[in-house]
Formats: sequence, structure tokens, C-alpha cells
Amino acid sequence: MSNVPADLKYAKSHEWVRVAGDLATVGITDHAQHELTDVVFVELPELHKKLKAGDACAVVESVKTASDIYSPVSGEVTEVNKAVVDNPALVNTAPYEAGWFYKIKLSNPSEVSSLLGPEQYKAQISGS
Amino acid sequence: MGFEEQSFVETFKKSEVVRIEFLTLKTLNYRSDFCIMSAHRLTLESESENPKLNVLARTVSIAGDLCGPLDPRGSKRLVFRHLKMKRTPLYSAHQKLGAKLIEFGGWEMPVQYTSITDEHLAVRKAAGIFDISHMGEVSVSGPRAEAFLNRTLTNDLRKLEVGAAQYTLMCNERGGVIDDLYAYRNGASDYLLIVNASRIESDFCWLQSRLAMFEHRDDVVLRNISDAMGAVAVQGPRVVDFIDNVSPQPAKGGTLVARPTQLKKNQIAKIQFAGAELWIARTGYTGEDGFEIVAPAQVIEAVWNKVLDLGKPFGLKPCGLGARDTLRTEVCYPLYGNDLDENTTPIEAGLSFFVALNKDDFVGRAVLADQKANGVTKKLVAFKMSEKSAPPRPHYPIWSAGPKAARIGEVTSGTQGPSLGIGIGLGYVPLEFAKPQTVIEIEIRGKRAPAVVVPKPIYSPQLIV
Repeated sequence: MSNVPADLKYAKSHEWVRVAGDLATVGITDHAQHELTDVVFVELPELHKKLKAGDACAVVESVKTASDIYSPVSGEVTEVNKAVVDNPALVNTAPYEAGWFYKIKLSNPSEVSSLLGPEQYKAQISGS
Repeated sequence: MGFEEQSFVETFKKSEVVRIEFLTLKTLNYRSDFCIMSAHRLTLESESENPKLNVLARTVSIAGDLCGPLDPRGSKRLVFRHLKMKRTPLYSAHQKLGAKLIEFGGWEMPVQYTSITDEHLAVRKAAGIFDISHMGEVSVSGPRAEAFLNRTLTNDLRKLEVGAAQYTLMCNERGGVIDDLYAYRNGASDYLLIVNASRIESDFCWLQSRLAMFEHRDDVVLRNISDAMGAVAVQGPRVVDFIDNVSPQPAKGGTLVARPTQLKKNQIAKIQFAGAELWIARTGYTGEDGFEIVAPAQVIEAVWNKVLDLGKPFGLKPCGLGARDTLRTEVCYPLYGNDLDENTTPIEAGLSFFVALNKDDFVGRAVLADQKANGVTKKLVAFKMSEKSAPPRPHYPIWSAGPKAARIGEVTSGTQGPSLGIGIGLGYVPLEFAKPQTVIEIEIRGKRAPAVVVPKPIYSPQLIV
């Protein structure tokens, strides 16, 4: 079964969010990386880019497919993970740790409460 | 995205409510919504799912303003992706192995079991088995079978001995490729054509229409036996270590070898297995040494299981179409529908070797002879990305490099090459850009990345045989 950490929030489109104050870290879930397999390329948003929740802001490419990543929250990108660009396999090996995508300063922190909790996300992926 | 689109068109009236059932592709795509339909302006009324049957039912109402013109009867035409897929006799075997299934040429096929990269490398370093039962088999027999086929196919069938197989092409009058295929000569006047899954119907239709024009048509029997047959490909350097044990007895037909490993490249033999007769050919689509086995559908699962058991100690893995595609792209074998179609010729595709002009007339000959003598304007080239980039994919534009850069072509096959760790591909470009070392650019999502034309194959397996 896929790993779904209890301390994170989730988007239906399989991104995770770790919130600390008004900063959030975003990545894709273990389930998503498992479905994609063999991530060979990651394109991240530009630093300082302002994103709205639901914006396509990054791309993950596996051998077979390219998939858009949608920002689960709105705000300004404050940091991107260069390590994952250099070594895209981190998305597969450590999706919640070294394989994170970007950090974002939340412009609308109340959005976080509309994201899925771990139990809801588990229910979503067990249906597939 | 990883599967081919097949469309069917249905006519609906405005405001009609229709229920559409789809086989879902959720096993592959982690966004289940993008693959369902290309029609616009449908209002989703309800959706229900039967995960056991992998069926998604959507009830939609047709909104007022839809794609396509209003037809004279006052209804609108919608284009849906057709996901009613055929299954091979190995479907349940794939499910048991946890394969991710996709649509390919109208078939529900495994794209991967664990990982495309792992499966690819297993074939390069050890062994892999692929279900290729979706491919078609057409039997052509009778005293004039050779004469008929030699007039219909581009390669010279007179050179094909009993017990051998030949790569060849079937062209239209314009020299465009109807299909690329393997012709097995099973007996003196008995041939078996192994054709692409997506082309079975078109090929058989074409063969029938050509036979109707053939003066000795009563001396040729054409049969589409695709549904009765299954097939697997067993590929990789370690295959020779176990393949003889699939049926450890001498061949009963074809090349009369004592065991399959005595077959030379492109030779075939008939062997006994579980009371059935099957054909084993030393052929493949990976660039590695290996065999392809064509067997009656009812025994193909037993063949599959036997090969899995025998091969496991040697590192054999079940492999999906994903690895099949990356393996063949690295060695530049064309894929029908990507690199070949009815508007490209074998000469443009770099397959002149399989076009025999020193035989009597055959379909497409005039155009192909002219192209061979006077040259072509576009050519299928292989390229490698010059630096780390997103993988090139089919339909990405190809540009020339430099200050006067122009769009010169399109990628027909493209992927990350797992043996090479870099993006690779094939595409048609004007002749002046076809020379190896020519610098080109591949447009990837609006940005251009440098690439270089390279000699084929892009990757050369270390063949021992």
C-alpha cells in the first residue's frame, strides 16, 4: 500500500502539502510516484512565481508520460528543489522528503482546510 | 499519452441524455479524467464505477453547442475515444502479475509490470518475455502463394527458404506503407504473415482486394487466423540458456533443428508443445538475441508460464509495451503508425534493403524505384538529445539550429533511452538535415532543446550470436 503520512494535506490530483506557519512545501504523493514510475525529468515553477490554487505549475515526466502538477494552494514560490531537478529519481525514492518540488508563501492560508486529510486521501486512492 | 487514440463518432440529438460506458484506464493514469473523451460541452449528470469490471459509466447530457457542424437531420456528432478494447488470451496472466494496462491499437495490453526502465534493462542484460498476441497472423497458402505475395510485398520472397522468415513491407500504389511485417515460409507453398495489431483489418482487406485482381486467384488461399493465435517474444542475451527446455525435442517442421538454439537468425521451426504445434522464430523487436513463439491461443498461457518458470533463474522478467517501445527505439526499428504510414515510403524510412527492385512488378514499385534512383526529399533520422532534457515524444516539432532556425519536421518516436540515460528519437527531416552530426532542436512544450542526428542504431546491443 502507498504511504500516506498523517501530518500532510492532500489534493485530489495527488499532490501533498506540508504547512508550517504561512509557508507550505509541495510535492507529489507516494501513490502518484508509484503510478508514474521511473521519473526521468522534473520541471519546476520559476522562483517568485505567483500561483493560484489549481494552476498547472510543474511537469513530471516518466519514461512513458508527461504529467502536469497542479499547485494545491495559492501564493508565491519562495524556493524550488534543485536536487530533484538534478536527480529526478528522488521523486520515486523519497517523495515526501528529498523529492519535494517547491515551497510557497501562502496568500490564502484558509485554502489548506479545503484540502483532503490523510484518511480522505487514502479512501480516494484505495478506490482506484 | 502512452496509448493510441481511437475514435468513434456517434450522432446524438441536442439535449439527449446518453449513458456511455468506458473501460477505465485508472490503472495507468493517476489522473483518471483526461483520457475519457475528447468531446466538448457535455454536462456530466452522474458517474458510477464498477472497479471490478474496470468500467466507468458516465451519464451525460448533450449541451446545446457542440463540436462539429450541425448535420442535416438536426443532430450533432460527437467524437469519443474508443475504449472498448480487445484482450489477448494472456489478459488474466497480466492481471495476476499486477500489470498496468493501457489501450494500444484497440487492444488492452500491459504497458509495464514493475517499471519500464527495469524491464528494459532486464532485456538488455538478461531476458524478458512480452505478450505479442495482439499481433495478427494471416495464412497464405496454395501453389501460387509465392507469386501472389511477391507481387504484393516489397522484399524478394524467392530468397526465402522453407523454415525461414523475412522482414518485408506491403505498400500501396504510391509506395506508401500499408504495413511492415514478417513473412514466415512454413512450407513450400505455405506462408504465415505476422502483421501489426492495429493493421489486421486493413491488411486483410488489402490482401483480399489484391488477390481478387490476381490472375491465379483460385490457387491461393488467404485466411485471417489472428483470433485463433497467440504469440510471445522472449528476448535478451540469457534466453539461449533456457529456451531449449520449452520443448526439448527436435523440430517437426520448418528448419529441422534438434533444438531451438540451433536456429540461426530469421530461421523458424515447428515444435510440439502440450499436444499443440507452435512456431518458434529467431526474430525480435528489441535488438537483442531472442525468439518469437506463435502458438494456438489455447496453449499460449502454458507457453507463457513455462518460459516464466524456466527464465526466472536467469533474470527473466515479464515486460510490457513500454519497454518494447524503448528497446525498439534505441535500435531504431520503426513502429507502424508512428514512423511508418500510408504516406511514407520504405525508402524515406531508410528501409531500402527490404525493397527488391530486381524482381518482377509489385505494388508501389514505380514510385519506390524512382525514389531509389533519384533520391527522396525527406528521411527518417535518429537523434539523441545533446543535454539533459525532458524526453522527446511523438509529434514534438523538430527545428533546424542557428539564427535562421525553421521548423523542419516532427518527432515520430521519442522517449528516454534507458540504456543511454538520455532522450532519443526518430523523425522525418528534409534530406539536407539527415546527415549524422547535424545539429537540430526539438521543441519540448514551447522550448527548444539541442539534439544531434546520429547513425542508426542509436544503441548497439553487444550481440554474441
